[in-house]
Amino acid sequence: MNKRAQFDKVSLSFETPKGRLNVVEDVSYDINDGDFIAVIGPSGCGKTTMMSMLAGFQKPTTGNVLFDGRPVAGPGPERGVIFQEYGVFPWLTVKQNIAFGLTLNANHVPAAERDAICDHYLGLMGLSDFANSYPKHLSGGMRQRLAIARAYAVKPQFLLMDEPFGALDAQTRSNMQNLLLKVLQTEGKTVMLITHSVEEAIYLASRIVVVTARPARIKEIIDVPFTYPRDESIQERPEFAELRSHIRQLVMDEYRAQQAQLRPVSFSE
Amino acid sequence: MNGAGLRRFGLGLLPWIGAILLWYAVRWSGFVNVSLIPAPHQVAAKFFELLTKEGLLIDIFASTRRVFLGVALGILVAVPVGFLLGWYRPARTFADPMINFFRALPPIALIPLVIVYFGVDELAKLVILFYASFFSGVIVMYEGVSQITPLYIRVAQTLGANQAEIFRKVIIPLTVPHILTALRVALGVAWATLVASELIAAQRGLGAMIQNASTYFLLDVIYVGIICIGLIALIMDLILRKITARLLVWQDRAIA
Repeated sequence: MNKRAQFDKVSLSFETPKGRLNVVEDVSYDINDGDFIAVIGPSGCGKTTMMSMLAGFQKPTTGNVLFDGRPVAGPGPERGVIFQEYGVFPWLTVKQNIAFGLTLNANHVPAAERDAICDHYLGLMGLSDFANSYPKHLSGGMRQRLAIARAYAVKPQFLLMDEPFGALDAQTRSNMQNLLLKVLQTEGKTVMLITHSVEEAIYLASRIVVVTARPARIKEIIDVPFTYPRDESIQERPEFAELRSHIRQLVMDEYRAQQAQLRPVSFSE
Repeated sequence: MNGAGLRRFGLGLLPWIGAILLWYAVRWSGFVNVSLIPAPHQVAAKFFELLTKEGLLIDIFASTRRVFLGVALGILVAVPVGFLLGWYRPARTFADPMINFFRALPPIALIPLVIVYFGVDELAKLVILFYASFFSGVIVMYEGVSQITPLYIRVAQTLGANQAEIFRKVIIPLTVPHILTALRVALGVAWATLVASELIAAQRGLGAMIQNASTYFLLDVIYVGIICIGLIALIMDLILRKITARLLVWQDRAIA
């Protein structure tokens, strides 16, 4: 298996007025080509910080975050990021949002091909009827689909998703998960997904990294025994329920540990 | 014009009719000496007299040109300065007290100094209007720019944008709304400062007209001057709002 991303003894800490705050501590794991990794842990534990280091927004205090064998120096189009807050550009129409990355020098997309790529992802994400609408007219689920379409359009081989479906209602969320599985089936990408939903992690991922309450350390790495393509029926399987109760137990333990911690400063992830 | 448009127009007209009726009512009530309040129709007659015989249009043009130039120059400088202050926190810490100090000074208090340093010509009036527009615009700009979220910049970076592309394709579109707001605020302040700027030996202009009329106690001329200033400011603001609505169709609140 080809290693795409590596966390090698990664720690990250901040200096605060009340002393050092360790956010991530001695984390090591690899993400191989074609993996779908879900990172799960109590909220505020430092999951997003892990992703943010691989995306190139933060640098580890010690250790190395490698992408394709080289330390991550900054953000780049080969690592697509789907943000929790979507970040669709409100001043651009749906189609212009998707085209945004295609017009950048770094991606070398000839002008003649842009239209076809936009149309492809508009169709794939069910946004064709809204091509010329501004994001203010879109629902939360549609904005999320637009953010995904925009990230996909520049063809990153690696996708980083930070609780992408966290703000959606249950129905939309489950539709989005199925859409993501379908798209991954056709486009084959490596994914790192940050989530706090145990069901989502099992349903989507091939491997689940459970992290501890802050500072985030690796608690357990679990291989998910289901093959792709998957559909919702796997959620009825006894292995699914077993895995769910196991992971839930791990996460709940950490949640309790977090509550017990006397927190000197309140930090979001 | 459709039914809804007609109703909106009527609704907007209503307070004006109310104001004119109130004006007549005060005049006829006998509480105030009638010679101190010219009737609306007298003011209207004076307006046409000034328009046809005294060259009111020249005054309107002189004032509008001063306001336009003052605001244009003020905003031209306020946009880059406000942007830098909003973008770089240390710059803000550095310049904020200074800007608030100068902003708090009423332009009218500066007139004697402006006369000393810039004389009594067109330049002096322009300096006053520039001063007023710059300081009101720069505050709006940097307050707005400092609230731009870094999220969109991060998104652009992950899509592969370089520094120049981020500036051109993300920061400029996010700055446009603040430039337009700064322009609107500066226009309002500039019209309010106009009369003061025309205190400096102006031959023509609505402020000068009001000044001169007050010397001879020509109340109707004063009323015409005030109403003209208000109307032109209103029209300029309306035009700017139309432009804003056109440029910012993407915004959640349509200002149209």
